[in-house]
Amino acid sequence: MTAMRYFSGRAVARVLRNALCLSSLIVPLAIGSGQSGDAVRYSDSGPEPMLEQVFRQIERNKLGLALEQVDALLQIWPNFRLGHLIRGDLLMARSSALTTIGNAPNAPEERLADLRDEAVARIRAYRDKPPVDRVPRYLLQLQASQRHAVVVDTRRSRLYLYENVAGQPRFIADYYVSHGRLGIEKMREGDKKTPLGVYQVTGFLPPERLTDFYGAGALPINYPNAWDRRQGRKGHGIWLHGTPSDTFSRPPRASDGCVVLANSDFLALNNHLQGASVPVIISDSVEWLSLDDWQSERSEFNKAHEQWRSDWESRDVERFLSHYSARFSAGKKDLAAFAAQKRAVNAGKKWIKVGVDKLSTFRNPGREDLVVVTFEQDYRSDNLSNRMIKQQYWQREDGRWRIVFEGEG
Amino acid sequence: MASSTRFRLPLASRLAAALIMLGVSLQPAFANSVQEAEKLLRQKQPQQALEQIDLFLAKVPRDPQGRFFKGLILTELGRVPEATSVFQKLTEDYPELPEPYNNLAVLYAQQKQFDKAKTALEMAIRTHPSYAVAHENLGDIYARMATQAYDRALQLDSSNIGAQSKLNLIREMVGNTPRSGSKPGSTSTLAATPPATVAAVTPPVAVTPPKPPEPAKTAPPAATATETPAAPPSAAAAISPADGAAGLPVADITRTVEGWAAAWARKDVNAYLAHYDSSFEVPGKKSRKAWEAERRARIDKPGAIEVRVENVQVSRDGADRVKASFRQHYKAVGLKSSTTKTLLLVSRDGRWLIQRERVGG
Repeated sequence: MTAMRYFSGRAVARVLRNALCLSSLIVPLAIGSGQSGDAVRYSDSGPEPMLEQVFRQIERNKLGLALEQVDALLQIWPNFRLGHLIRGDLLMARSSALTTIGNAPNAPEERLADLRDEAVARIRAYRDKPPVDRVPRYLLQLQASQRHAVVVDTRRSRLYLYENVAGQPRFIADYYVSHGRLGIEKMREGDKKTPLGVYQVTGFLPPERLTDFYGAGALPINYPNAWDRRQGRKGHGIWLHGTPSDTFSRPPRASDGCVVLANSDFLALNNHLQGASVPVIISDSVEWLSLDDWQSERSEFNKAHEQWRSDWESRDVERFLSHYSARFSAGKKDLAAFAAQKRAVNAGKKWIKVGVDKLSTFRNPGREDLVVVTFEQDYRSDNLSNRMIKQQYWQREDGRWRIVFEGEG
Repeated sequence: MASSTRFRLPLASRLAAALIMLGVSLQPAFANSVQEAEKLLRQKQPQQALEQIDLFLAKVPRDPQGRFFKGLILTELGRVPEATSVFQKLTEDYPELPEPYNNLAVLYAQQKQFDKAKTALEMAIRTHPSYAVAHENLGDIYARMATQAYDRALQLDSSNIGAQSKLNLIREMVGNTPRSGSKPGSTSTLAATPPATVAAVTPPVAVTPPKPPEPAKTAPPAATATETPAAPPSAAAAISPADGAAGLPVADITRTVEGWAAAWARKDVNAYLAHYDSSFEVPGKKSRKAWEAERRARIDKPGAIEVRVENVQVSRDGADRVKASFRQHYKAVGLKSSTTKTLLLVSRDGRWLIQRERVGG
């Protein structure tokens, strides 16, 4: 009826398509959809399903429908800035051609780029969901008391929540997250980077104790951990937290190093965690393993760990020490000092019993083949017994797992 | 002044149709009162203009022309709520008139009530699909809504950026008495004032043919920078004029339309009315007789009329019906318009008679 100019949404669609690098997504998607039964387990509580619909309509050049849908979306999330940007585009399309996402004239390019990144991150995460039959490589073993585990993928701007079902991680939900403005691999205070590694939540800060900036609350994590300190990484105060009350979500790279969730998502996450000290693994790009591969990685490592335990019990000090890397250190002791002490102590032992309990094993994200093991060690011998929580970092060297660092967990 | 064309065009373009629909028959005395008020307003005496128009409305309270002008004066005086109410009531009493909708929209837009403004403009366009000012205003509304959305998205405040195009208040409604001495194309009588600045002339909004839909993506393209090739130029759009015209009595129809225009121009009312079929859809809720009387009165008025048609496009609309769209140039004393008009013609014993007449494509 109305003689309105509707310009092609194709430019926008193309921007998205290129940005999404869709071809890389085909394989996991195909595998995921092949396993039908569980496919509906994903919790699409966020704006992604509606956002996806909006972009689908734009790709089909149904800009009127897209506008209706973005209006509906903004009804639910009135502070969703990306939604407003797309709404602006769809209104603008009635009088001039769209060339990209965010056609606002005279707008700060940086903020536009931020929102475009958010669009791509959200749509990509939606179209490229982790296949239900796969698990993040990092969660090698959860101990029984660890009900949940959190895995963050900074490249995908996504936080994945897993539940521990009889030792096997099962996907619960995923949420859009922001991370450090200047990226990842935090090294020092104020570098505006997010650390990569295996951490755990150390507490909960309720909103009453925080400014509005942190929104619904904060879950601090233990950066820098023992391994970070060994690597000379500095800084502190890395939290998972919410967003200011006037902001639904922040751009993918926005924080000073923290992992930021929408308030509703933060509350959902916190509700799942119930104050537990959950592991939080932050990766720049999560690797997903099939259950078979996951099992074999797990048993391979467990075998090495079990060998270490039984070699300790054998009182053959050299066999025991062969599990330690030349680069090993424990506190201030290097391998030579550690070996000398072990040799001296073990010489007089008549028997040793080593019990390992509550074992949890996480692969450290990153290039190094590193596994973090935490367990209750029940050490007994004819002249000394103790129980402690031990944490070890194992690294693969020349095809063999060796301990590079250990300390009290 | 360059702006005059902008609102003059739709105003005049609507003349004939609106006269038909409204049945506005202004008696000279009343018209003079409105004219007097208009003059006062032009002389920057809005208060006096208001008094004048109130006098007029005391006599003819329902007169749309007078009420419309009162709305304008109130707008000029910055009495926005009252002006809004005047235009609002006009839209209720005369839902077929686009001007009150348009001006209502301008007032809403001033108050940043863009959704309401948009709805009002859509109503204006619904009554008259080819109403250029409303289209342009709607475009501006969309641009403003977009800016608002962008501001929210990017945490900006563009409210102080005044560079945006301004919405156009319609200064006249159809049925004005001819103003002697007013040059064609200079009907813009009110000085441009901040809330209703008349912007530069922009081409009327055109309809671009819909782009062919993209083929469904079964497999997403490779993740390279290569762009998806543009769809081939729409072939469907290109063939229609030639093919569609085949077998149509184009020459007959063109002759009929020209005959109708000529009868109108030479004020041969009988010949003019003879072009309308007995099934002609009389605009408004009038009887055929009342409509004919009105047309007769209109056309019979003193002064020369010039009616030219050009670019007659004929398409089929059923077994014995065709649609003729053309550009109609109309010129009478103090009025000039170019507009698109569409006639629905039905075949009766070898003659083509008008069944429906509409401004717009």
